[in-house]
Amino acid sequence: METKFEIEKLNLYYGSFQALQDIDMNIYSNRITALIGPSGCGKSTFLRTLNRMNDLIRGVTIEGTVKFDGEDIYGNFYDIIKLRKKVGMVFQKPNPFPKTIYENIVYGPKIHGEKNKTVLDNIVERTLKEVAMWEEVKDRLQKPALGLSGGQQQRLCIARCLAVEPEVILMDEPTSALDPVATSKIEGLLEELAEKYTIVIVTHNMQQAGRVSDYTSFFLNGKVIETDKTEVIFSNPANKKTEEYITGRFG
Amino acid sequence: MKTYEKAIEKVILLSAIMATISVGLITFFIFRSGLPVLLEYGIIDFIFGTTWSPTNGDYGILPLIAGTLSITIGSLIIGVPTGIACAVFLAEILQKKWAKAFKFSIELLAGIPSVVYGFFGLVVLIPAIREYILPIYQFFDPEVSQTGFSVLAGAVILAIMILPTIVSMSENSIAAVPVEFKEASLALGANKMETIVRVLIPAAKSGILSSIILGMGRAIGETMAVLLITGNMAKIPGTILDPVATLTGTIAMEMGYASPTHQQVLFAVGIVLFVVIMILNIIAQLSVRKIGGNA
Amino acid sequence: MDPRKLRNIKKAKNIAFYGIIGLLAAATLTVLIIIIGYILLNGFSHIDVEFLTQEPRKMGKEGGIFSVIIGTLYVTGVGILIATPIGIAAAIYFTEYAKEGKGVILIRFFTEILAGIPSIIFGLFGFAFFVIFLGMGWSVISGGLTLAMMVLPTLVRATEESLKTVPMSYREGSLSLGATKWQMITGVILPCCKPGILTGLILGIGRAIGESAAIMLTVGGSLRVPTSLFDSTRTMAVHLYTLASEGLSQEKTYATAALLILIVLVINGAANLISSKLGGSNGN
Repeated sequence: METKFEIEKLNLYYGSFQALQDIDMNIYSNRITALIGPSGCGKSTFLRTLNRMNDLIRGVTIEGTVKFDGEDIYGNFYDIIKLRKKVGMVFQKPNPFPKTIYENIVYGPKIHGEKNKTVLDNIVERTLKEVAMWEEVKDRLQKPALGLSGGQQQRLCIARCLAVEPEVILMDEPTSALDPVATSKIEGLLEELAEKYTIVIVTHNMQQAGRVSDYTSFFLNGKVIETDKTEVIFSNPANKKTEEYITGRFG
Repeated sequence: MKTYEKAIEKVILLSAIMATISVGLITFFIFRSGLPVLLEYGIIDFIFGTTWSPTNGDYGILPLIAGTLSITIGSLIIGVPTGIACAVFLAEILQKKWAKAFKFSIELLAGIPSVVYGFFGLVVLIPAIREYILPIYQFFDPEVSQTGFSVLAGAVILAIMILPTIVSMSENSIAAVPVEFKEASLALGANKMETIVRVLIPAAKSGILSSIILGMGRAIGETMAVLLITGNMAKIPGTILDPVATLTGTIAMEMGYASPTHQQVLFAVGIVLFVVIMILNIIAQLSVRKIGGNA
Repeated sequence: MDPRKLRNIKKAKNIAFYGIIGLLAAATLTVLIIIIGYILLNGFSHIDVEFLTQEPRKMGKEGGIFSVIIGTLYVTGVGILIATPIGIAAAIYFTEYAKEGKGVILIRFFTEILAGIPSIIFGLFGFAFFVIFLGMGWSVISGGLTLAMMVLPTLVRATEESLKTVPMSYREGSLSLGATKWQMITGVILPCCKPGILTGLILGIGRAIGESAAIMLTVGGSLRVPTSLFDSTRTMAVHLYTLASEGLSQEKTYATAALLILIVLVINGAANLISSKLGGSNGN
């Protein structure tokens, strides 16, 4: 099994507040890794270190190494643009741009230099099919994306992310703003996507982690308490705190 | 790609400091052009000299200062109560729907070019002063100037011109007073009027004050409107119907035909004006900043 | 004191208070209506095709104001053209690039200060710097550059206000796809801000058109149609001043003033419309 991310001794501070403490973790290719834990435990912060989205926040300092395909992404000469192209992200709230459906999807390919109309058309069709939306929207590609329902918007955001052909998709509670039907559609999608992509998903919803992931990592107070195969975490966790959380005693 | 982004960032930074560069350039060139003659003539003689007669080499700007000061104070006497009343009206009394329309009217007032105000003053206000105010005044003081071009005319027009500044800033700071203050006052049995007078206005005091300072700066700096209606006589005024010349008006009017030395003197007048306005602006900015910090 | 008497005093005070406030507010509104109404009523009938298309004769006493309109467009256009990219870029710097610090506070501070400098000072500066020091003479370009400095703060403020309303999630979405910061700004953020920028632009144009003191000292007062950037010309506001102060022609003066007021009305209306109609489009 190939390792996609190798994280060693990762520490992250917001000003003087330490949000992540000595994180060591491996994330494997073509697997779905779920990050669980109570809110404020650092799981989203951790997710955002993987594509360096934390760089946007003022006053963040990061120590330790995060290796992507063996290269430290916090190294001095690492190309963040390339990293983000390979490591896509889907956010908690669907965030399509105020453009048409079509323009949303081709935004990524266009900024990476793709100009050929046929190629772009093909990308739109391929990605919308991948997120099982092609039939729903193929006749209104030129309509504003903000007119879609919440679930459709989120799938569009996934399609937009797929359009730049990433290797990894980071998902930050992608279904927390959606209704159950839309949620189950996206969960169904994850399994298919895992054949081609490495997925890291932050979720509040323990059942969701249990249903969709291969690996689960339990975060608490900025530390990783335990990482293991999902069935192990849910049936026979090594740490008492994990067990307490899983069984719903806190969180 | 990286270097391209870096280059863009530099260009953007340069744009951002353009305003700062402008202020620097303005300061430098105003002083460069006016300071030599100011120092040669003597700052004290310049500011406290009572005769402004540049063609004869008399550069005392006290009459101009008096002119500017008299119409500025006059405009504040009229404009400040009116402005605060409008701000209270907008923030506390008027319904939302109507407040928007009223606000738009005030913005419109701010958008009217100053030369149009001057022209309006010339064709409406000055005849009105001659017709209605002058006879009353003459009753007490038969010697009074009869043209209508006067401190009064300047003060009225300037009061209208500084209203938008006072209204919009005061309204903002009244609206920014925490609702809890208002509720606390009403809960103690105070009625709306008492709440406005005793709680809201005192709480918004510093915002209102800086709006007045900014309005004052605007009044001092206003040129074309006062130029058309104050009569431009460089004399210390004795009554509100006396004509006066202002610092700004004198610069605008005399620049066109001034000899090189005279021009330098006008730049020296500019220095005085610039320094006064800068001080007022800096005070207003600092106090606005402080309010922002407290909120 | 008798409680009933006290209550009466309170009541009277209340009436006086609201009465005075209402009166002053009404007076303000009345003044606005009188100014606009008086000038439009007196000037409107003198605005005709001839007035708009003929060149002034006898120093503006007769004929139209064609060359003055062209001069106004020319000077305003140059000023806005120079100020717009700088203003937008400066606003982008403040919202997208600037990190909190003394330097940023300082350049913000000076942007505000620039907004408070009176136009006669800009005029003096423009005269000393552009006209004399740089040798541009009384010209469209001297006036345009001076105007650009004057409207810069307006543009910065309006653009910045609308940049601030763009949700953070658009920025994240764009960057997460591997966009560079500049691609994010041009591809996603600025398109969201079109209405805000347009409003700022229109207000800037309004200020530029109404400006007179600074223009008089930097553009001069030639009544010919300018053919190059280095020609002197005259703008409508300056023309109005000249006509009014020299009492050349009552008719032409009113007509010019009415035209100026009309432009101000249209500009403010447009700005108001754009910002109220499209202001909420970023809600997400």
